Amino acid sequence: MIEVQHLCKTFRVAKRGAGFSQALKSLVRKEYEEVRALDDVSFSIREGEMVGYIGPNGAGKSSTIKILSGILTPDGGSCVINGRIPWKDRVSYVKDIGVVFGQRTQLWWDVPVIDSYELLKDIYSIPDGVYRSNLEELASLLNLEELLKTPARQLSLGQRMRCEIGASLLHDPKILFLDEPTIGLDAVSKLAVRDFIVKHNQKHKTTVILTTHDMQDIEALTSRIIMIGKGKILLDGTLEDIPGAEDNMDQAVADLYRRFQV
Amino acid sequence: MKKYLSFFRLRFSMGLQYRAAALAGIVTQFVWGGMECLVFAAFYRADPSAFPMRFSAVASYIWLQQAFLALFMAWMMENEIFDCIRNGDVAYELCRPIDIYSMWFCRSMANRLSKAVLRCMPILLVAGFLPEPYRMRLPVSVLAGVEFAVSMALGLLVVTAFCMLVYITTFFTISPDGVRMTAVSAVEILAGSIIPLPFFPDSIRRILELLPFAAMQNVPFRIYSGDLSGRAAVNGVLSQLFWAAALILAGKLLMRKAAKKIVIQGG
Repeated sequence: MIEVQHLCKTFRVAKRGAGFSQALKSLVRKEYEEVRALDDVSFSIREGEMVGYIGPNGAGKSSTIKILSGILTPDGGSCVINGRIPWKDRVSYVKDIGVVFGQRTQLWWDVPVIDSYELLKDIYSIPDGVYRSNLEELASLLNLEELLKTPARQLSLGQRMRCEIGASLLHDPKILFLDEPTIGLDAVSKLAVRDFIVKHNQKHKTTVILTTHDMQDIEALTSRIIMIGKGKILLDGTLEDIPGAEDNMDQAVADLYRRFQV
Repeated sequence: MKKYLSFFRLRFSMGLQYRAAALAGIVTQFVWGGMECLVFAAFYRADPSAFPMRFSAVASYIWLQQAFLALFMAWMMENEIFDCIRNGDVAYELCRPIDIYSMWFCRSMANRLSKAVLRCMPILLVAGFLPEPYRMRLPVSVLAGVEFAVSMALGLLVVTAFCMLVYITTFFTISPDGVRMTAVSAVEILAGSIIPLPFFPDSIRRILELLPFAAMQNVPFRIYSGDLSGRAAVNGVLSQLFWAAALILAGKLLMRKAAKKIVIQGG
């Protein structure tokens, strides 16, 4: 279903020291550093699986998600999802996926949420009947009824995140990418989001790939964990593979990061 | 096609809700147009025969320019597009089953049209009832009216396609400011928004008329007042067609290049 092999991606980052003389120097000769965001990453994910993709900041999680969702083109390696290569067949491929970036918004800022939804309906060419039943289901499960008529700019973060998740599921995607969906949410909203994702996965067998720093997300949602650090896969297994996870998940993961020196 | 239409619709209806901005725009443009008329009138009083256009044609040109400012002014670019490239929100647009170029194109056109629709009517109405010689007249003939409409539409395409090039450059330069400022200033002078192109010295004007900038407001406004007619009007419209096609093609190619090496800013 998702087959990733030897994926590599490098970014060029401009570097200079502090101070005026350094700034002048970089005017003449700019120094770049190559950052290997992904370094020979391989994994495969079956249909209907829920996978937690974790790692410290800057480990390459978001880069992976962006390559898998057809936004970035990798430097090397292959990735075949449902028989298609995301960045090559971008337009036909993305019809089958839904993406939520926790730190960005896909809703139009100044218009009611429902207007953004209607636009998505046309963008994905969702038939009327399917759209209506999906909207009904999402609205009741995510408690959106009241929010849909409100302009996106007037929603709280938690309310907006529920609307964002709804927006990415209107077209029945087979795969759902969640990039830090619970970032900045309060306890109630977090629970609501988690609960919804579990239910949706059970009912629709949607494959879910989730990145997060919140280990409770992982505990609540995923059976499988892929851990990445400095662009390499460090661990691909279950919660049991993390020593000490039952007692204090955060501590256990931090210990693991330290052990791998990432 | 339907998806692009809905994009158009949403952007258009969004543009219509900014009433206070429209009102302020109308007042500004009216005052500005009045000032321009007075300046030109002062010059014409010195020696009307020294100028390449009749004063009534200049007055119509000015009022059209003010009424349809939103259609042709290059500086009215969409900050949201620049922002989404700069801060990485473009990631969301890239994971839609849609051609980004066409989507942004529709969106910019809708934005310009919605602004123009809100503002043009009051300005045209008032300008139509001003005392001579400042009055804005009807097109010189029915044919000129039709040619004017076609030429307006093509002019809008050229302006939008030109702005698209500026948007797309942001993928390569990260900061849009430099390119944007240069492009906007170039259009201001070379498209005839400060003074109509016929007022330039002949040798310069001949070069200017070959550039894409002359295919923006220059052609429709001069057709309207009869300054361009017959063969010259047809040639003008053809040059607009050419530039619309050329700029769109260039934009699409540049977009394809950008998509290969895209970097999403901000993690």
